[in-house]
This record gives sequence, C-alpha cells and structure tokens, in this order.
Amino acid sequence: MSGTSKATIQFSFDGVALTAVEGQSIGAALIAAGHRSWRTTRINGAPRGIFCGIGICFDCLVTVNGRPSRRACLIDVQPGDVVVTQEGAGHADLAG
Amino acid sequence: MAASTDVVIIGAGVVGAACAFYCSKAGLDVTIVERGPIGGGTTASCEGNILLSDKEPGPELDLALLSSRLWTEIAEEIGAHRLEYQRKGGVVVATSESTATALRGFAAHQRHAGIESVDLSLDDLIELEPNVTRAAAGGAFYPQDSQIQPMLATAQIIRHVRRTGARVITGTSVTGFARGRDGAITAVRTDSTTQPTIPARWVINAAGTWAGQIADMAGAPIPVLPRRGFILVTEPLPEVVHHKVYTAEYVANVASSDAGLETSVVVEGTRAGSVLIGASRERVGFDRTMSLPVVRKLAAQAVEVFPFLADVTLLRTYLGFRPYCPDHLPVIGNDPRAPGLIQATGHEGAGIGLSAGTGLLISQIIIGASTAIDLQPFRPHRFEEVAAR
Amino acid sequence: MPTSPAENALPDSGFDQDFFDVAVLGAGPAGLAAAGSAAAAGARVALVDAGKRTGGQYWRHRHGDDGKHHTGWSTYQSLEQAIERRAERIEHLAGHSVWQVETLPGPMFRVNMTTGDGERVILARTVIVATGAYDRQLPFPGWTVPGVFTAGAAQALLKGQGVLAGSRIVVAGTGVFLLAVAAGLAEGGAEVVGVFEAGGAPTSFARHPVALARNLTKLGEGAHYTRILARHRIPYRTHTAVVRARGAESLTGVVTAKLDRDWRVIDGSEQEIDCDTLAVGYGFTPQLELAVQLGCSTRLDFDGSLVAVVDADQLSSSPGVYVAGEATGVGGAALCVVEGEIAGRSAAAATGHAPTDGRTAGRLRRTRTARHQFATALLEAFPVRPGWMDWPDEDTIVCRCEEVTVGEITEAITELGAGDPRAVKLYSRPGMGLCQGRVCGYAISCLVADRAGHTPTVADLQGVAGRPIAQPITLGQLARAHHRSIE
Repeated sequence: MSGTSKATIQFSFDGVALTAVEGQSIGAALIAAGHRSWRTTRINGAPRGIFCGIGICFDCLVTVNGRPSRRACLIDVQPGDVVVTQEGAGHADLAG
Repeated sequence: MAASTDVVIIGAGVVGAACAFYCSKAGLDVTIVERGPIGGGTTASCEGNILLSDKEPGPELDLALLSSRLWTEIAEEIGAHRLEYQRKGGVVVATSESTATALRGFAAHQRHAGIESVDLSLDDLIELEPNVTRAAAGGAFYPQDSQIQPMLATAQIIRHVRRTGARVITGTSVTGFARGRDGAITAVRTDSTTQPTIPARWVINAAGTWAGQIADMAGAPIPVLPRRGFILVTEPLPEVVHHKVYTAEYVANVASSDAGLETSVVVEGTRAGSVLIGASRERVGFDRTMSLPVVRKLAAQAVEVFPFLADVTLLRTYLGFRPYCPDHLPVIGNDPRAPGLIQATGHEGAGIGLSAGTGLLISQIIIGASTAIDLQPFRPHRFEEVAAR
Repeated sequence: MPTSPAENALPDSGFDQDFFDVAVLGAGPAGLAAAGSAAAAGARVALVDAGKRTGGQYWRHRHGDDGKHHTGWSTYQSLEQAIERRAERIEHLAGHSVWQVETLPGPMFRVNMTTGDGERVILARTVIVATGAYDRQLPFPGWTVPGVFTAGAAQALLKGQGVLAGSRIVVAGTGVFLLAVAAGLAEGGAEVVGVFEAGGAPTSFARHPVALARNLTKLGEGAHYTRILARHRIPYRTHTAVVRARGAESLTGVVTAKLDRDWRVIDGSEQEIDCDTLAVGYGFTPQLELAVQLGCSTRLDFDGSLVAVVDADQLSSSPGVYVAGEATGVGGAALCVVEGEIAGRSAAAATGHAPTDGRTAGRLRRTRTARHQFATALLEAFPVRPGWMDWPDEDTIVCRCEEVTVGEITEAITELGAGDPRAVKLYSRPGMGLCQGRVCGYAISCLVADRAGHTPTVADLQGVAGRPIAQPITLGQLARAHHRSIE
C-alpha cells in the first residue's frame, strides 16, 4: 500500500500487547492482528466483529478503557488504550 | 353486507382488545374494526404502565384496583411471557426531606383505599435500586405496580380472541352509523369495499384519542383531547433498573390541568434491555414535531434519579397522544344520546392499566349483569350535564 | 417551568450558535461539490461530516494518500482545491456527527452535532442533505459469522486503514461495485477466490445505448476493473450467489448456488468454497434519516430504495432543504458531484448569493440528465429479485442487533396480524436495536410485503426509515445542554 510510513503505537486487547499504525481505527488494528471478533451478543452470546466498517451497523462494539459499546470501526487507537472483549450489552458493573 | 355481529368494537388498541377479550368471554360475537394496524395508535407509543401508586382515592382508583386484579388473570390465561407482563413493583423517589414527608402522608392515605405500599429509607431505596441517586431522601415501594409490553400484549390478546371466533378488520375506517326508527344504532358503516356495512346490536367506541370523531358521527359528542407525551429509549443494558422508578413530583403532574409542558421522569427497564424514560405532558394538539427541549429535560431528570444514565446512549425517542377529558376521568358506559353506543375512552396516560377493568365493565353492561364498580362517574353524557347547569 | 408554545418556537439551546447561509451535511462527492459551489457564489458555508477527512465513503483515504487506488481522484482533488480557494467562507466541521436537525420558524435550521464527548450547534438558513448511502444487505444463513463483511467494509478497511479484511476472499452480491471491491482487494494482495454476481452480466445495460454513449468514462472504469480481475485470474460468475456462510467463531467457507431469473436457487447447483472472508453487498441504501427528520417527501426509486423527492434545483418538498447525491437516488459519484454543484448554487441563491455565471446552470442540468440516465440504466441492470427470500432458514437472523429470526418475523405476521414493517417491529423487535433498522429495514420490508403478496411500498419503507436520533448521544450530553439552557 502507498502512503507515508507512520509511527506505530501500542495498545492492548484482552491483556495482550498489540501495535497499530497511528490514525488506524481499533477495528482495523484488531483485524490486522488477526482478530475477527471482540464482542458477544446479548441474546445468543454469538461472536461479532466488523460488519459494515463505516459506523452504520453497530456490530463492532467493544469496551475501550472501561467504556462499553464503542464502535471499533470509527475510533482511532490511542497509545495505551485498553481494549477488552465486550460481553452482551456491557455495563456489567451496574447489573445486580 | 357482512354477517351480523353482536358487538362491533371500533379501535384495536389495548382498550378495544380488552373489550373484545371480556365480550368474547361473555359469549358475545365480536368484530373489531381498526383503521390502522393492531395496537398502532397510542398503545404503540406509551410505556405499558399498570399503576396504582400514582392514584388518589376516588373512582379512577376503583377502576385501577379492579384492572390490576384482572391483569393478573389475563396474564395467567394468555401467558405472562407472551404479554411481557411483569409485576415488578413501583418505586417512588423523594428528592428532598419535605417531599419525603409529603409522600409518606400520601402513601398512608392510599393504604386506606387499598393500595399496598411500604415507606422506604434511603438505605431501603438503595437496596431495591442499587443504582439510584444517593442524593435521595427516601421513598415508597408499591408492590402492585406492573408492566406489559403494550403493543405485543394487545396483539396477543387479539390473537387469543380470534381463536375463540372474534373477527378483526384492520386498515378499515368507520365512516358512520345506521340508525333504526327508534334512533338506536343498527350498523356501522365503513370505507371497506367488501364490508361497507356491519350490522351490530352494540357498538363500542374504543378509538382512544380519536374517539371524539367517532362520537360526533354518532351524534353523541365527548370532549376527548390529545395530551402529547415523549418517551426516550436507551441503548440495551443489563438489568440496571429493577422497578418502575419515578420521582414524587410525578404524582402532582398526573392530575395537573396546566396546559404547558410538564415533565416528571419515570424510568424503567424492559425485557428487551432498553431503559424507557417517560412522562412529558403537553397540550399542543396532534403536533408530531420533535421537541429537543423536552427530550433534554427528560434526560436531565433521568440522570438526576439514576446518575449512571449520564454515560448511557439515547437510541430513539417516540411520542404519543394520550386521550384526556376535562375532568381527567375516563368515559365508560352506555350513551343515552345514541342507544346501542357504548363509549370506552378518555383513559389519558393510564389506558394500559385501566383497559382491563373497562373491558370487563362493558361486557357486564352488554349482558345486563351488575357492574363490578359504580359507572356513574364515568357516564359519557356528563359533560353536557355540566354545560346545561 | 411551564412554557407556552410560542416561547417554545425558538427555545434557547444553551449553545453559542454560529450562523451560516448553508449547512452542508456530508462531505462526500455531493457535499464537497455543494460546499464549493455555494461558497463560490458568496454564501457562508458549514461543511459537516463525521469523518476526519473529506471524501466520504467513495474517496475514503488515509493521511498522505497518493490516490492511485482511487477512482476519480483528480475530481476529488479539484473539489478540495475549490474548497481551499474559498476557505474564508467555508468552515469544515470534521468529526462532527449530526444527530438532529430542527426546523425553526423562518425557516431556519438548527443543526445539532456531537463531537466525541462534546456538543456543537449551528444555525443555518438552508440545509443541503448529502448523506450518501451504505451497502444494502440481504440476510442468508451464516451472514452474522465474523469474517462476513459488507463489500463497503472490505473497501473501507483497505482504502481508509490500509488493512486487508482477510487473505482468501469471496466477493458476492450484485452491481458493478463488486468489481471495484474485488479489484482493490486483489491489487492489495489478497487472494480473491471469485466474484459472484446474482444478476446478469454488466453488459446487459447495453440496451440503453444512449446512456452508454454519454458515459464512456464510467464504462471505461468498469473495463479497468475487468482487466484487473483478468490479470489476477479471478473468476466472475453471473446468476450465482453466496446462499450460506459456514463457520461458528469465524468464517470457514461459503456455499454458492446458481440462481434462476427470480434468484431462486437451482437445485443441485450448490458448491462449497473454502475462504476466510466474504465481502457482500446488494446495491446501496440511501442514508435518509436527516431528510426524514426535515420532513422531506420520499419516493420509491428504481432499485427499490426510499429516496428524497427533489425538483430541478435539488430542492426537497421542505422549504430551505436541498438534497443531493445518493439520498435522491443511488447514481454514483459523478452524478453526486453534479447534483451537489446544483444544490450548492440553488441554496446560495436562496440566501441572496445568486451565482453570476448564468450559462453554467444549463450545462450542469444537461450533465445531470445524462448521468442520471446512465445511473438509471445501471440500477435497472442490477435489480434485487424476490427469490432471495428463499435463501434464509426459519432460524436465520434478520435483525443482527436484536437477533430476530425469519421465523419470529413470520410469526408476527401470521399469528399477531402484523401487516406492515412498523407493526412487525413493534411486535417482534426487528429494527429496534442499535442500528435502528439501517441494516435490516429493507429485508423486513420485503419479507412483510411478500407475505401480503406485493413488493415494498413507500409507506412500508417509511415505516423503517424514521430515526429521530440519527447518531448516538449520551443522556449526559443532553442533560448538560438542558442545564445550560435554563441557567
């Protein structure tokens, strides 16, 4: 691919250190690292990852720095981001 | 000409469905005529409340107590899961010490009239609703408050009555009535090409917020007006709100006659996971314009009761038009101005809850049984009496 | 605080509100052209887009991109230059997601946007809706398995992120866009196993010779992709669809089948193909929620999509609201650009900035007519046929968000009496989840209409098109604005 070479940045996914190119979305960085899914659905517990890739479908939701239901296809990786697989609707801390 | 029927019910909202349920049970042959889809009007744009907690002693409470009992029976007969019926209980939150005192007085007054309630300290409140604001002063718990998914429940009740022989004609508007020599209604006229006339012994006007138009066609006007309410729907969440939770100010607003905007927040979870935030009340006619000030105010009030909601995403909003009459009481009963016409509307924001009792009472009127409660306060022609005085 | 309806007419939003002649919503081909032409005529313009960079989905690119993988990159560059030339009159609000547009008396429009955790509000005398489109999807067994992407996602990952969606990729669906996606993936280094076109060969629009002759450039583009496919020895199969995706945690393969004219599977034609990725799309769905919020009349387009009705000036049925690009009917970037240019000029004129080059108007209209003819020919060449409704099983998910199956939708229709998509939504929840029916709305409309023996009507599609909250906003953001407004 073309384009100027850019700095890589570090983040983690489910506790494993990964790198991303600066300006890359979390979803793209996870795909590039070989991941296909980072969420399970509320009802069937089925795995989901990127589907539409442009913020339409809300399939790629993931928990970033403790905040659930972020669209991985839209938000850029920031250095040190802690990305965690989201189970169901997230917000498990509030359930009880 | 279509086959004759005992009862034509105009409107397939929750009130029409409940009337069909009890009329069918009484052995009557029922035909429902609905201009839109089943449960597509106000029924589709409310929260599914079956509340006792917000009622003051009086005729509406009598109807609410009857209905509350009947809903448990309907849920048993059709299946609670099919209606998403949950007897989850209501929690009223007092945000100040003075409100808490007033609420305790109100609840005691209600207990005398048959509403179960328990006064709550802040600790009790937090035990029932762990995510509630710590700024609350206390509250009250109302175990009888219940909830259904209104559109689904209406469709399920109508599915049930269909199986026992009731007919449902959707997408068909009523255009007028045929009268006999004695002035009694003998048939309903519709815009359907296949069933332009449906002969019937009784006609039930369950057209909700639009019942005034039907009543006018029958020469038996009733002053039913729309009161607009917005409801916010959040993203799906785990079970974070366990009861119907509202602020004590809601009780004051329900009975208010103020024409301006009133919002007093009601927050509740749903089986689908979304949290519903409701209860704006405005008299602006049938205006469907989105109002961001109302939406923002409801959001602000919801965050005050449940601070965690600040980080929760709003998914959509919807609005509905609640049918109200000047005295804020429903209109239920025979209309002497149009023999054969039975009115069943004006339930305002309580139509889901009050529908069950309304349906039973109307079936009792038709078969000539004594009614479960006194219908005098709900008589349809009461507004003319007031005017004549 | 009781407020009279009159006081409600112009409520304080609690924001400093910048004021513009024209608010252009969307910075893709149509929006860029609209902003440039409106500013050239002298209007003060806000160009609003959720993305960091202009270009929309079509010219989605990375910082420092040389554009060699893009079609029409020189057009993009000239549109960008036109905007830079008028920089003093154009404010580009990048990273701004429009969640609500209010129509105030005048008319005047208040555009409500989120900027990450913040909010921003602008006022404008006119609005140009240039919100584009996204891939249209049809449900089939296994389409929720990770590794199944929309064709647009595979392309967005490549063009916008420099990432290949997978290594062994099947491309399927209908329309010439599939060729562009397959060519891009192959040039990017993926093994493209095949392109499966459910309809006929693209040459079938040769029966529109006039439209063809006027749009040789576009045809050349198709030929360009075909050459790339040939160079990579990628098979192109027509009348063939992916009717099943295999795998649980991740895609392991797909089943293709030959289709009859109506897209029903021809028995015995199924073939298993090993792959780790599927890129699928059946045309496009215009993004219409802002036009619907603004009360624009809609109609059914040739491809079965709901689109906004516009006049010769790109003016919608709502005064002050112009619509340009795919939201008026899917037609490709070239048509979007000319529509955008016309809309920009019209909106500028409506705010007292009439373009001085009067003769240009006629030229633009003629160009639009020619490009529109070509677009129509393309849409007619790649229709979605009803036989796809035989592909799903009873337990195939239709609504990905609420995980509602075909069987549950059927039950809502046959058991609960739902006769239109809105009633199905209310009884069984398809389209009620986070995407609010953007992905499954078309399929639900088809399924309900089919049970009633017809194809989706305007009313059916309107029943799944209204989204009063167009983008996510937190209750906290709303609450803060409320508190500001009453201070």
